[in-house]
Amino acid sequence: MSDSIMSVNNLNFYYQGNVHAVKNMSLPIKRHQVTALIGPSGCGKTTFLRCFNRMHDLYPGHRQEGEILFEGSNLLTRKDIIELRSRIGMVFQKPTPFPMSIFDNIAYGLRLKGIRNRAELSDRVEKVLKQAAIWQETHDRLKQSANSLSGGQQQRLVIARALAVEPDVLLFDEPTSALDPISTGKIEELMVSLKQEVTILIVTHNMQQAARISDHTAFMYMGELIEFGQTETLFTNPSEKLTEEYVTGRFG
Amino acid sequence: MNLMSEIGKRKAVNLLSLSLACAAAGLGLFWLIFILADVLRHGIAYITPELFLSEAAPPGMEEGGLKHAFIGQLLITLFAVLIGIPLGILGGTWLAEYGRHHKLGRFISTLSDIMISVPSIVIGTFVYAVFVKPLGHFSGFAGALALAIIMIPVVLRTTEEMMGLVPWEIREAAFALGAPYYKVILQVVYRGAATGIFTGILLAIARIAGETAPLLFTSFNNMFLTTNMNEPMPSLTVTIYQYAMGPYDDWHEMAWAASFVITVFILGLTILGRLIIRWKYKN
Amino acid sequence: MATTIKREQTFEKLFSGITFSAAFLILVIIASIFISLFRESLMAIDSFGFFGFVSSTAWDPVREQFGAATTLYGTLVTTILALVVAVPVSLGIAIFITELCPKFLKPIVSTAIELLAAIPSIIYGMWGLFTFAPLMSDCVEPLLQKIFEPIPLFGQLFTGVPLGIDILTTSIILSIMITPFIASIVRDTFALTPVQLKESAYGIGATRWEVIKDVMIPYSKTGIFGSVIIAMGRALGETMAVAFVLGNKHAIATSLFDASATITVTLANEFTEADSDLYLSSLFYLALILLGMNFLLLAVAKMFLARRDK
Repeated sequence: MSDSIMSVNNLNFYYQGNVHAVKNMSLPIKRHQVTALIGPSGCGKTTFLRCFNRMHDLYPGHRQEGEILFEGSNLLTRKDIIELRSRIGMVFQKPTPFPMSIFDNIAYGLRLKGIRNRAELSDRVEKVLKQAAIWQETHDRLKQSANSLSGGQQQRLVIARALAVEPDVLLFDEPTSALDPISTGKIEELMVSLKQEVTILIVTHNMQQAARISDHTAFMYMGELIEFGQTETLFTNPSEKLTEEYVTGRFG
Repeated sequence: MNLMSEIGKRKAVNLLSLSLACAAAGLGLFWLIFILADVLRHGIAYITPELFLSEAAPPGMEEGGLKHAFIGQLLITLFAVLIGIPLGILGGTWLAEYGRHHKLGRFISTLSDIMISVPSIVIGTFVYAVFVKPLGHFSGFAGALALAIIMIPVVLRTTEEMMGLVPWEIREAAFALGAPYYKVILQVVYRGAATGIFTGILLAIARIAGETAPLLFTSFNNMFLTTNMNEPMPSLTVTIYQYAMGPYDDWHEMAWAASFVITVFILGLTILGRLIIRWKYKN
Repeated sequence: MATTIKREQTFEKLFSGITFSAAFLILVIIASIFISLFRESLMAIDSFGFFGFVSSTAWDPVREQFGAATTLYGTLVTTILALVVAVPVSLGIAIFITELCPKFLKPIVSTAIELLAAIPSIIYGMWGLFTFAPLMSDCVEPLLQKIFEPIPLFGQLFTGVPLGIDILTTSIILSIMITPFIASIVRDTFALTPVQLKESAYGIGATRWEVIKDVMIPYSKTGIFGSVIIAMGRALGETMAVAFVLGNKHAIATSLFDASATITVTLANEFTEADSDLYLSSLFYLALILLGMNFLLLAVAKMFLARRDK
């Protein structure tokens, strides 16, 4: 397990009113690999994903138990949430460009980290735009509002923005569910190519997507982890009956 | 036959009622045009350079202008804006962000709505009681304070609403980059809500620029040009009231001219604000 | 890193603290308005009590006898008459905008009606004093007098010399001023009526008016009620327009052609001239009563509108 960047141990999550959304989850997250979280709607996979960068801390009334080990300590009890979030980035279902120019969108996170030097800023902006395969479409319109981009472009811009702060882990919450098939294809390619730089966790509804891009897959059902393993194994030879039924499309 | 006449009657009632509705709309438009045309007709004839460039002449004397009132109005409004807008925006920020799910936040929001409708003359009496009376004299500051108090809840509620229109996911995305909340608000939410807040400010200025009642016993009036905010200060609106009620014809003329200027200014701001909103939310 | 985090936390606390104070200021202002008006009224409250004050028609600065009855009467009569005129007109406008107006005209008509609310009250006053009041006294009021005065009892409302500076003129001007408030809220409320509801009424053969009368208006009841109360609050507190055309006469008027006084006009005209403490205190007392009525009305209106939005 030395190649695990994080390890989840007996994680429980309760929403306000004691709704038990994540039940006793344990699994390792492998470094520089793509781990997919699949399962029917409401199975707790997004809730689970949002534990990793402490998004739940924005809202009162929840309770979490267990641990997510990251760099030798439990990230659920870390005090420096802001620093943690710059290490573990997130990309959402709908594109979330900030109401500013394309350049400033990328530079935003860099400026948060205290980078003010113009030359360095533009170097890094160019680098991540290339990395996110959107430099071609944007290099001559960096000053334009990010809202002028198409949905798929916006989503790649947002990925570039997340990459710019050089996180160790990127969390994707159904990043392509609002996009057309062509944009989806580009984002999937991008995620696979990003593996060298970051570790990826992705929640997806789309089983083909999980099969195409992930190395490991976790199948969740009603807040519980049913099965976790190599993606290929999980899809072709699942050990659990429930997993088999889900991946073959018999429910969900 | 009976059935036919029943239907005929219903159709007639339908036609009559709908015609009355059209007539009501026509009446509304009629009043608007009547009033505006009247202000235009009376006012435009008396717009002269002296109106803006000379100060008041002694009562009954022909020449003279309203320079003192224009400058007083400008100063009072400016100071009201300087006090009211920052406070309104900051308060609205708390309501839209930190206090979003707070009971106290909802309570303040409702109270601000009610406060928007408090008669402006009551605000005037309040400022008189807490500011003018203890100091012992009327002053431009007191007038600005009264207008600022009128402005704060207006700006506060617009800010709250406009910030509420910025999608929550945008904030989460900024948090996910490691931004602290205050930076999320200052750098992301404010940008998203800027046009809306700006429009709200325009409309709030339009609202206070025409206020007369709260100035009557705060900034009071003054026949002379002054830029000392600590003295009684003339304003266009109070001057209009004084001149209109006065006995001299040239006073009435100047009151009309001033009414024209104020109406154009306020309707201009209001229409501009509406156009900005329409343009913004079409995109 | 640790120092920047510390700094961020300080800024965070500072910013949330500042914004909170600004929001809290609203509560402080409202509380101090009530407290200071109450304190300033104390002398009048001690002298006249509450029921004594609101029931007394005296308003005599020389003998220092003050009561709110005449001004309350003037305030309520002009407000209610304004509502009587404004409510049907506003409903008509709202019906026109939501149901009858061609689509391209909608924003224009809506904006035009709302501009009526943007015109400052001093302009209504100017127009009222120099244009509308003469029109009323020369043409409209003599005509009304000729038609209605002979009718027994009802004719009393139309007695007196029609000078144009009177309750009728004031109420009409007030009605124009409050119309946009009712019309725009009712328009928004009408728009909330579910389409299926309207269609099922059309489906059983109802005419357009019947759909409006039997479906939309009942469905919008709370919104209409809320808007009327808001408009009432507006009319109660209106000062300048009324100050120009009501005549500031402290007496119980029995004719629409009588001059009268409202709380606001009394404040506007007499506040700076009040030469004794009790006089000033009585004026503050009037302001306090106006504030109390207004707050109560608006709270009720908010309740209705909150129910509508549920």
